[in-house]
Amino acid sequence: MAEKAILFDTTRCIACRACQVACKQWWELPAESTINRGTYENPPVLSASTWNRLRFRETSVNGKINWLFTRHACMHCSSAVCVWVCPTFARTYEENGSVTIDRERCIGCGRCEEFCPFKAPVLGRHNISPRIAVELGTPRQVAFKCVLCKDRLEDGLTPSCVKTCPPGALQFGDREGLVAKGKARVNAIKAAHPKASLYGETELNGLHVMYVLMEKPAVHGLPENPQVEDYPLYDENTFPDWYVRAVADGKLPAFPPNAKPEWYLQPKLVPVPAPPEPAFPAAVSRIIPSWSQPALWSWLGVGVIGGAVAIGWTIKRRNGMKDHKKT
Amino acid sequence: MTNHWSDIGNADVIFIMGSNAAENHPISFYWVTKAMEKGAVLIHVDPRFTRTSAKANIYAPIRPGTDIAFLGGMVKYIVEDIEKNPQNYNMEYLREYSNAGWLINTKYSFSDGLFSGYDASTRSYKDKSGWQYQPDDKGIPKLDRTFADPSCVFQLLKKHYARYDLSTVSRVTGTSENMLVEVYQAFALSGRKDRAGTILYAMGTTQHTVGSQNVRAYAIIQLLLANVGIAGGGINALRGESNVQGATDHALLFQYIPGYLPIQSTAHPTLAKYLESITTKTSDPRSGNWKQHQPKYAVSLLKAWYGAAATKDNEFGYQYLPKIQAGGNYSFIALFEAMDKGIVKGLLALGQNPAVGGPNSNAERKALEKLDWLVDVDLWETETAAFWKRPGVDPKTIKTEVFLLPACASYEKEGSVSNSGRWAQWRYKAIDPPGDAEDDLWIMAHMMSKVRELYAREGGPNADAITKLTWDYGEHPDPNRVAKEINGYDLNTGKLMTNFLTLKDDGTTSSGNWLYCGSYNETGNLMARRDPKDNSTIGLYSNWAWCWPVNRRIIYNRASVDLTGNPFDPKRPVVKWDAASKKWTGDVIDGFGTRGPDLYPFIMLPEGAARLFGMGMADGPFPEHYEPWETPAKNVFSNIQFNPAARVWRPQEQGTPDKFPYVATTYRVSEHWQAGAMTRNLPWLVELMPEMFVEIDEELAAEKGIENASRVVVEGARGQINAVAMVTKRLKPMLIDGKVVHTIGLPWHYGYMGLATGDSANILTAYIGDANTTIPEYKAFLVNIRRA
Repeated sequence: MAEKAILFDTTRCIACRACQVACKQWWELPAESTINRGTYENPPVLSASTWNRLRFRETSVNGKINWLFTRHACMHCSSAVCVWVCPTFARTYEENGSVTIDRERCIGCGRCEEFCPFKAPVLGRHNISPRIAVELGTPRQVAFKCVLCKDRLEDGLTPSCVKTCPPGALQFGDREGLVAKGKARVNAIKAAHPKASLYGETELNGLHVMYVLMEKPAVHGLPENPQVEDYPLYDENTFPDWYVRAVADGKLPAFPPNAKPEWYLQPKLVPVPAPPEPAFPAAVSRIIPSWSQPALWSWLGVGVIGGAVAIGWTIKRRNGMKDHKKT
Repeated sequence: MTNHWSDIGNADVIFIMGSNAAENHPISFYWVTKAMEKGAVLIHVDPRFTRTSAKANIYAPIRPGTDIAFLGGMVKYIVEDIEKNPQNYNMEYLREYSNAGWLINTKYSFSDGLFSGYDASTRSYKDKSGWQYQPDDKGIPKLDRTFADPSCVFQLLKKHYARYDLSTVSRVTGTSENMLVEVYQAFALSGRKDRAGTILYAMGTTQHTVGSQNVRAYAIIQLLLANVGIAGGGINALRGESNVQGATDHALLFQYIPGYLPIQSTAHPTLAKYLESITTKTSDPRSGNWKQHQPKYAVSLLKAWYGAAATKDNEFGYQYLPKIQAGGNYSFIALFEAMDKGIVKGLLALGQNPAVGGPNSNAERKALEKLDWLVDVDLWETETAAFWKRPGVDPKTIKTEVFLLPACASYEKEGSVSNSGRWAQWRYKAIDPPGDAEDDLWIMAHMMSKVRELYAREGGPNADAITKLTWDYGEHPDPNRVAKEINGYDLNTGKLMTNFLTLKDDGTTSSGNWLYCGSYNETGNLMARRDPKDNSTIGLYSNWAWCWPVNRRIIYNRASVDLTGNPFDPKRPVVKWDAASKKWTGDVIDGFGTRGPDLYPFIMLPEGAARLFGMGMADGPFPEHYEPWETPAKNVFSNIQFNPAARVWRPQEQGTPDKFPYVATTYRVSEHWQAGAMTRNLPWLVELMPEMFVEIDEELAAEKGIENASRVVVEGARGQINAVAMVTKRLKPMLIDGKVVHTIGLPWHYGYMGLATGDSANILTAYIGDANTTIPEYKAFLVNIRRA
C-alpha cells in the first residue's frame, strides 16, 4: 500500500471548524466544557476528546492584518517519538504511514504526551468514547490522538475531517502526489506570501500530514525544526499488574504481531538532514530510505543500533516480567 | 441569486460586501477558492476583518451604514472611466440593455438630499410622476443612445454621483482614499467584455434603513460593468437559511402572494381590478413585457387554492381572500407593535425565535406577554417559547397560553429545499424523528383541518374562505402531492402542467406557484434529479435538481449576447442564437424561446431595459447616502440626515453619540445558526463558541481599561447586555469626518435557553425599518461600553 497523507492548505482554510466537529462526530467524542478566552480558538489544547483543532493567530505586519488558521492534530511522523518511547508497544506504524494506538496495550504512562513535539497525544479516561472503549485491564487513563480515521480508510473512505472540509483545504491521497501538489501550491502563492513553505515533507523524516504554510512555521504555531528532547528509559518495574498478568496469560502478546522491534526505543533523534536535492525523488527522507539517499548510511547505523537495543530491551523486559510473575 | 453557487467559480473578480461568506456560507468558498486558484481576485469590504477578509486579496474596512457612499464613489469612478476609456467597457450592453440612454421626465429633480415629489407629512414620495420616462407619441420611452441628452439616465446618474468624490467618500466611510481607489480599480476591471465580476452580499447589505438602495447600488455597478446575465457575474444574495429562498418564493413577505404576485389589498375590491393592477403594458415591439402574463398565474393560483369552488362566476374565489389595507404595513416590526397594542392576539411561530432574532428584543418579549396564545413549533424550547419564564420575569404575571409543538429536523422529513441559487432540491427522510415530533407539513395540514372543522360547525366571518379551501391531505400528508399541487394541473386533462407557458386565466389550469410550474411534471419530480454531469462549459449542471424559472440557471441570460446573438465572451458562453434555425442553445433562454436577440433582454420590466434609474423604489430612483438612524456622524452629502422615507416606529428610543459614542454592528459566526436554537443545544458547537462576546479594537480596550477575555457591559438606548470582551487587531478605529470612531461587533446568536446562554445582541437594536422592505436596521446602531 502506498503511503497516504493529508495535505492541509492554510490559504484555503476558512476556519469553519467543520473538521473539528466531524472528528468528534465520527469518533463519538464528548464536547468539552469551554469558556470564551478572548479568541475564536476553542478548545485551547488537544485533549483525549479533542483530536483535531484549529489554531487562530492574528498577525499585523506594517499595519496589514492577517488571520492564520492552522490545523493542530497528530502529524503521523515517519520518525514518531510516540512510537519510540512507548514501553508497551502500543503504537504501530500502519502500512500507509499513519501512526495508530492499540489502547488495550496502553498503560497510560504519558510518555507519548510528554515527548511529542506537536503535543498531539493526550491521556484521558479509557471509556471517553463509547465506540472505542478499552476492555482489557483496569479502568485507567490511556492515550488518545488522531489515528487518520483508520476504520474509514479500511472501508475505502477518506478521513472524516477531509470529507467535510467545504473549501477543500484538506486533501487526502498518496503522499507522493500530495508532496508534488503542495510544492506546486507553494510556488503559486510565493508572490503573495514570500515565506510560504511546504511543512512536513522532510520534518521528522516526513510527516503524513503536510501543511502549505503562508508564514514561517512558528507564526503558525508549529515547531520550526521539530526535534525530540532527551528522554529516559522506562522503568519496567512500574508496569501495572493488569498488564503484566495480561501478557503472562497470553491475553496480550508480549510483542504486537505486526510490529517491528526496531520501531521502539530509538535513540534520540538525529537532526533532520537538509532537504534533499531536487535530483532525488520526493520519498527519500523516510525512515527506511532508498539506497540512493546520501544520508542512508547514518540512518542505517541508527537502525541497526536502535534495532539491537530494542530487541535486547524486549528480551530483558520479558525476563523482568517472568521475575515479576514469580514474586 | 441571479446566478448560482457553482457559477461563482467562473468569476474573475469576486466582490463580497455586507457578507461574511466564509463564515456564514462556508460552501461558497468551495467555488470562491476554485475561482481564485484560476487567478480571480477576491475583494472584501466589511467593518470587521473576518474569516472572509483573511482569504481576500484586498480587504477594505468601512464604517457600518455607509455602503452607498462607498458604492456611489465606485459609480462615479466607473462612469468617469467609461467616458475616458470606453474600450475597456461593454458599451453595446450599456447602450442597448440598460436604460442609460432612456430619457427621464424633466420634472425629475434632486436637491439637497431629496428627490422630487417628497411629502414630509407622510414621510414618503407621494408624487413620483417625475420619476418616469419621457414617452414618445406611441407611448414608447424616448431614447438617446449617444448619452448626450441631459435628461438621459446616464447623464442624470453622472450628475447624481458627481458629489461622491474620493475625499468625501473617505470622510464618510472611514476607508482611506488609496484603499477606495484600489477596490474601485480592481472591480472596474471586470467591465471588460472578456471579464466577469460577481457581487456576493447578505444581511450586512440589507439590514439598514437604506438596505434596498444598497442592493440597487450593486445593480447600477453591475449594469455599468455589463456583469448581469453573464457567467461569473450577477448580483448574488447569499440567503441566510437553507430554504429562505423557497420561503420567499412561496410568499414569506407580506407584500406578496406565491410567485411574487403582489398581495391583494383594499385598492383591488374585485378580481378584475386586481388583475389589471398586476398587468404591465408596453407598446414597444422590442419589449417582451413578461408581466402581461401575471393574470394567468393569479387565476391558476386561485384554482389551486379553491379548486372546484373557484369559478368564473365567483371571480375564481377572489372574494374569499382577505385583503390588506392599501398601503398598510404588516412586516415584522409592525406585527410586534400590533401585538403590543393588543390588536394581534395570537402568534404561530414556526421555526422562528423572535425573542432572540427580532430587533429590540426586550420590547418583543414584552409584546409576547400581551398575546392570548402562542404556538411555537420548533426542535427545542426556544427563548420565544419560554418568554414567560425568562430571567427577571414572574411567570404568574403572564397570562399568555403557550403551546410548544415538537417539529422534525431536516433529516427527519421529506420535501424540497430551494437554495440561494434558486435550485429546488428534493431530499428524503433519513431517520425517524424523536418522540412526538412531526414534520411541518403534518402540523400545518392537521391544524388547518381542525380549524376547518370549527368553521364548518360554528361558522364565522368569511367562513367560506376556509371551508371551501382545497384541503384533503389526509392523515399522513404526502410532500409529493403538495409539490404536484404547486406545479399545477391542466384541469381539463388532469395532467400535470409541463411549465407555466401554458397556464391560463380562464380557470382551466391550476398552479400553486407559477415559478415552480415545471418542477414536478409528467416526466417526474425534476427536483429529485441527481445527474452530476455538466453538459455546458460553464458549470450549469442543468440536470442536477431543478431551478426556477423553467430550469434557467442564469437569469437575464439574454444580456450575455450581442445584438447578433453571439456571446460577448466566447470563453464563457451562456446562450447563443442560431439565426438559421431560429433557436437558442445553451442555458434555457430567458423567455420567448422563438424570439431572437432583437428582444430587449430584461423581460420582467415593461421597458425591457435594466434600470440604472429605478422608478419603482420608495426612496428615490438613485441610491443616496443617508446616515443610519443612530450615528456618530453628520451627513456630509446633504442636510437630510436620515433616509426621509424610512419607517420609524419608536422615535423616542433613539440613542445619541454623546451618550453612546461607539458604532455597533451585529453578525453571525460559522459555529452558530441564527437565533441559536439548533446550535446552542449541540454540545460540539457550544464547545467552539461557548459564550456571548463583543469584539473591540485594541485602542478602545486600552482607553477603557478593558482586558481581553474580561467581562464588559454594552449599553444602548434600549437596553444593556453583558458579554466577554474579545480585544482584537481585526477591528481598527476609523477617522470619520475628522473624528475617531470605534466600531464594535456583536454576534446575535445568544439567549437565555439552551446549553450556551448569554445576553442577546438584539436587546440593543432599534425598531426602525428600510423604506422599501421595512427590514430592521440590525447592522448599525450606537452603544457605550464599560468594564463589568
